[in-house]
Amino acid sequence: MLGLTFLIIVAAAAVAYALNLRAARRLWAEGARLHSITTFHALYALFLAALPAFVFLVLWLALSGPVIGALVLSGLPEEVISGATRAQENLLLSEIRSLARGQAFGEPEPWKAAAAARLVALEATARWAQLALVSLIAAAGLVYARTRVSPAFRARQRVERIITGLLVFCSLVAIFTTVGIVASLFVESMRFFARVPFFEFFFGTNWEPQIPIREDQVAGAGAFGWLPVLLGTMVITVVALLVALPIGLLSAIYLNEFASARLRAVAKPVLEILAGVPTVVYGFFAVLVVAPALRQAGQALGVDVSPNTALAAGGTMGIMLIPFISSFTDDALSAVPRSLRDGSLALGATRGETVAKVLFPAAIPGIVGGVLLAVSRAIGETMIVVMAAGLIARMTINPLDSVTTVTVQIVTLLIGDTSFDNPKTLAAFALGMMLFLVTLGVNIVALRVVRKYRELYD
Amino acid sequence: MTQSPPAERKVDWKDPQLAATLRARHARERRLKLLGLASLGAAFAMLFILLASLAASGYKAFVQTHVTMDFIISEQNVSPDKPEKGKYRKVVAESLQAVFPEVSRKEMRQLRKILSNGAQYMVRDAVVADPSLIGGVLRLTVPVSDPYDQLNKGEIDRATPEANRRLSDREIAWFDRLKEAGMISTPFNKALFLNADSRFPELAGLKGALWGSFYALLVCFLLSFPIGIGAAIYLEEFAPRNRFTDIIEVNINNLAAVPSVVFGLLALAVFLGWFNLPRSAAFVGGMTLALMTLPTIIIATRAALKAVPPSIREAALGLGASRQQVVFGHVLPLAMPGILTGTIIGLAQALGETAPLLLIGMNAFITSAPESAFEPATALPTQIFIWADSPERGFAARTSAAILVLLGFLIIMNLTAVILRRKFERKW
Repeated sequence: MLGLTFLIIVAAAAVAYALNLRAARRLWAEGARLHSITTFHALYALFLAALPAFVFLVLWLALSGPVIGALVLSGLPEEVISGATRAQENLLLSEIRSLARGQAFGEPEPWKAAAAARLVALEATARWAQLALVSLIAAAGLVYARTRVSPAFRARQRVERIITGLLVFCSLVAIFTTVGIVASLFVESMRFFARVPFFEFFFGTNWEPQIPIREDQVAGAGAFGWLPVLLGTMVITVVALLVALPIGLLSAIYLNEFASARLRAVAKPVLEILAGVPTVVYGFFAVLVVAPALRQAGQALGVDVSPNTALAAGGTMGIMLIPFISSFTDDALSAVPRSLRDGSLALGATRGETVAKVLFPAAIPGIVGGVLLAVSRAIGETMIVVMAAGLIARMTINPLDSVTTVTVQIVTLLIGDTSFDNPKTLAAFALGMMLFLVTLGVNIVALRVVRKYRELYD
Repeated sequence: MTQSPPAERKVDWKDPQLAATLRARHARERRLKLLGLASLGAAFAMLFILLASLAASGYKAFVQTHVTMDFIISEQNVSPDKPEKGKYRKVVAESLQAVFPEVSRKEMRQLRKILSNGAQYMVRDAVVADPSLIGGVLRLTVPVSDPYDQLNKGEIDRATPEANRRLSDREIAWFDRLKEAGMISTPFNKALFLNADSRFPELAGLKGALWGSFYALLVCFLLSFPIGIGAAIYLEEFAPRNRFTDIIEVNINNLAAVPSVVFGLLALAVFLGWFNLPRSAAFVGGMTLALMTLPTIIIATRAALKAVPPSIREAALGLGASRQQVVFGHVLPLAMPGILTGTIIGLAQALGETAPLLLIGMNAFITSAPESAFEPATALPTQIFIWADSPERGFAARTSAAILVLLGFLIIMNLTAVILRRKFERKW
């Protein structure tokens, strides 16, 4: 039915285009001096037939579900509905929905079956109403546009205004996305903080999000102090940087100063491959190769290495960050003005001394910006740690131990059941909020550092 | 008072002390060079180890051990009126009994495990397709179950003590007899591409994941391509320079650096929570990926638009075209190769993205390929995640194989982008 509705919109647009084109051409052939060329008259009709109908359809699709749900709920018997909370109502509604799809467990109560039947009837009506209304709107646009064809009609200006509107809408999508992220994280986090005190979350040193599902269940009461999770994130980030920084910096210096043009042409794209490998692949690599290798090395040295050691996840993440650091360093070194390099070489410094004592210090602000972006990448990186790091939060900075990270907790808390009314799932949103704020802060600082540095030499 | 000219300091280049300093300085330079080369080598080595270990553990999953045997379709087990309702378990058991006549009924339970659990359904499908087989004998090639597949590929060491082995001596002897009889073959593992997910490694395939990824990328492309181009055209060509457009630009740059898992949270709360869209659907995954791909496409499109020389715009404007006619008629077509290159690279990133898809439930266990973007599905990266978590040995190799397939697609996409750039890049 949805496909048919789309088809109607497309057909109406095509017909409107053709009709107006023919009408405008006829005017032209009769010798009238048109203000706009015929194509714009046709495009005007196309937009008028398609756009309002399409916008209406999207709104209809977004709103009809909740409206039908409310109608079904209001038709339920009084004794069922009175005193039900929002969550209970939603549960009831999804039960009725699955009943309407024919998935019944056992014999449903008669009022539920009746509600399901009503839901089916309402949905059928809604489908026909949608088809009829969309056709009506498209036809109205088509007819109106057809009446506007005249030599004096400023079709080009109209069409261009519509197109400008569409372009503005496109660039607003980015804003909507940010607003959506902030709003959803904020709303769910507030619901979390309504159940778990602010203070406990920020300063608690205990993270045990397992909460009893039933009243009589023996389980932890649930502790939501994020400090151990934060500490774990930092441990893994530090390990990653310890791997990525030296390798990335030194290879960038080599490529920038010493390598032949041929080696550069080969090495840069090869390093970029490391950045293009999906993180889930790195995660599997960490589990398959890195962690067992570290464990064996630990056994050989007589050190006890946990199977989910932070070294495995952090080290693998470091490999992923190498191209990141090296390309930023390369750019920063190349951006140092030629005069500095030439001056140093002219004074008799070797190339190595020029790099180490002149170029590198001059490039440091740009490199720091790149490193900060790498840090924000490492904090937000998800799949490697989900697969290779641990689940249990511990207050430890020993990288041989198993630690957990913010992103691991978000994913493990949200995989599986997602009812939005227990602190366990809401905690994920609170963590997500912190993750968003921290990475945003690091990014802003990094971009500012990079920009300031660019101004220095421009 | 006359000042004597400053005594000219002669540098004695032959001075051994100076020579020693110079040697030390050159040695330091060599060390730096060596360190640089070593770290470059280390980065290359890591890439090599990554690819080599995946290839080494994955290549075996591209073949699958099969056994070719005669299945006796007797009329007691399969009635000609209802071939789809036959007792195919029994058919398989009796056919195996015919190969191993000495095996007792008790041992039969063990023996039956040599064939994949899917064998009975393959026999059923063959018989349903051709009911004339009933009462006769059907020669069919079916996969063996995972442990025997591992044995045939040399993953199970016959030298380990029997208690620690997944297969007993007797089971290995059965398999060797089949092998001696020439019934064992290891053809290309078509199931890897033609089957959807399964609990049994020998039957599990990527069909569902491939379709899921296809639908998600299609939705992602249909949304992010026009919206991204529209936004870029507005910001680059029409937008006045003011506070509002500044905010949009800062916004886009920040979105490009937001962790992917946050987009997953957004999708979970907004698409699933507020709009009640279906869980696990490729459509929702595609919308989420579109939001993530948007900044990439916008940035690439703006760069491509910027690269079109102003003379083109001026010439068109001079001939009386409106600003929009200039952009849509001249600038945009000339910028298209650059835009397409950026789009393909953005889509390649989206194809490998996992975390947001996990949060919207595209890691469900689904045994059939989705028929539309609105049905529950998995995607290639989430399928890799699921298999990496599965305990069966056979899934380890299949995970690597799935990764190789994913990397193959990424290489194809990136190569396309490179070729596109080479072929259509214009120097003005």
